[in-house]
Amino acid sequence: MQNRFELTQYRWVKTMLQWRGFQPTLLLITLFFFVFAMLTGFFGTPAGSHNFAIIFVWIVWWALLIIVMVPFFARLWCTVCPIPAPGEWLQRRAVIRRKPGKLHTLRRRWPRKLRNIWLQNFGFLAMAMFSTIILTRPAVSAWVLLAMILAAVGLSVVYENRIFCRYVCPVGGFIGLYSLTSTLELRVKDAQVCKDHTTKDCVTGNENGYGCPWLVFPGKLERNTCCGLCTACLTTCTQDNIGINLRPFGADLLVEKGRSLDEAFKALIMLACALLYSAVLLGPWGWVKDWANMDTLPHWAVYAVSFIAINLLALPGIFWLTAAATRKLAGLKNVSVKKVFVDVAYSLVPMGLIGWIAFSFSFVFVNGSYALSVLSDPFGWGWNLFGTRNFPWTPFLPDVVAGLQILLLLAGLIYSIVIVYRIIRQRAATDALAWRGALPVAGFLTAVTFTFLRLYLAG
Amino acid sequence: MKRRVAPLIPFLVLALVIALAPVPVMAEPTTRHITVTASQFAYNPPVLRVNRGDRIIITLQAADVMHGFYLDGYGINEQVEPGQTRRIEFVADRTGKFRYRCSVSCGPLHPFMIGELVVEPNLTFARAVGLMGLAVAGTFVYLRKNPAAALK
Repeated sequence: MQNRFELTQYRWVKTMLQWRGFQPTLLLITLFFFVFAMLTGFFGTPAGSHNFAIIFVWIVWWALLIIVMVPFFARLWCTVCPIPAPGEWLQRRAVIRRKPGKLHTLRRRWPRKLRNIWLQNFGFLAMAMFSTIILTRPAVSAWVLLAMILAAVGLSVVYENRIFCRYVCPVGGFIGLYSLTSTLELRVKDAQVCKDHTTKDCVTGNENGYGCPWLVFPGKLERNTCCGLCTACLTTCTQDNIGINLRPFGADLLVEKGRSLDEAFKALIMLACALLYSAVLLGPWGWVKDWANMDTLPHWAVYAVSFIAINLLALPGIFWLTAAATRKLAGLKNVSVKKVFVDVAYSLVPMGLIGWIAFSFSFVFVNGSYALSVLSDPFGWGWNLFGTRNFPWTPFLPDVVAGLQILLLLAGLIYSIVIVYRIIRQRAATDALAWRGALPVAGFLTAVTFTFLRLYLAG
Repeated sequence: MKRRVAPLIPFLVLALVIALAPVPVMAEPTTRHITVTASQFAYNPPVLRVNRGDRIIITLQAADVMHGFYLDGYGINEQVEPGQTRRIEFVADRTGKFRYRCSVSCGPLHPFMIGELVVEPNLTFARAVGLMGLAVAGTFVYLRKNPAAALK
């Protein structure tokens, strides 16, 4: 493959990833912190800025996820995410060892109509509507974490493998979509080898390990969206045909196979939420925060309806018109507006990711110092484990944030325009038509960038 | 390579001009007395608009619980209890938007209790918008001149 650097060519990397205890060891560590976060949420101080659950989940974990893991390491978080672990261990009746026999579940089949990310879209939106509450109340955060782990266990009892991760997890949906941009991938070295290999151990499993828990056949893997980087296939492949590669940023955005309406909506929802959060949480308008914070039920109802309407109607509606204009200008008469809508929506993926990173800079830099005091006093009970309890709230480089946001947003805008041009060129007859077709989407992207800039830099 | 980059040179020059060109002060500096009331989880007024060079005298008061006033970019950090007032004085010598935030844990939405000081002319925003326009135009010119390179 072009422009790829295989990391698994190094024996120590491969040996480490093929060790069956690799993922369970990481899972046990993250499960410890996950349970600890729940305990601090339930039993610690209700003051969010002094509680481990809020600071380490919504600032430290979130910053690591959106600024580091997703852009550079794809679904690396899914590799170490503890939420599906108890359910998976229950299915296998084992943690590290490969037990012979089938998985212990009720063996129901996941409905065909739900084999997409619509559930994840709606789950994310449901959480997003309550985000002001979830992000600021330790006990609510703890309930959300508990609900997620219980849902994962419940689904593991009924269905085989990681149905929760693949089709339900509200976080996994956007991690998968944004992983299209990541600089890391797991792919087969030679697709023909997989095609010719009759036993398909990576799917069925063998004495070395289980079949892919993400229900993926690596031989046909062309995009990062559904690969949880659990490295199970690396363990079971008898043909030495699986590699983990470094690659250029955004390599999957141009893969036509797998593009779908649910993912297009995910891209729009994520973009809309980044804009809305920037306005609601970082803006100066106290009344909006009050409404989002459920000061009264009618106020919250208006906020929630507006939130949903912007996410599912307004922004998609405007983008639909944009796609219709693109179709006309690019001379794509034989392609439906829906198809163009889906295709060009993938240009919103880098824009959305950059928008989320820019949004995160605003509060991660400013509030990151809480982590030091919380580390010493995770429950807010007056402990001073590491002597940092009284470390004062100290905004980190607040002057630099605006400059970083400008650079990021402009780079994201340029990159997204190039991507949309390349996407349209996949169908347009000539370069000139693709160029014209890119104009409406570029207008949309520019309007989005302007809105971000206005929210971050103008009064 | 040179051929590909050549059309972008005017854009890069313009970008430098937009990013670095000095802008003269338009309005005469004045002294502004502003009362800012902090309450869970907002400041009133939420946005302060002043001109570069203005002397700002803020009388800070708290309506419900103890609040803080940390002003990004100016390093000001004051606290006020209900029933008290705090005088904050500074010269708005830096242009742009600067958030002021509560620096005393005051309730669940404390990390998002934010107000804005806009010091005109807001050059940061104006320059960013200018650079955005240039970026879009430059990208389209590049795509027009180098359609094949963009596809690689």
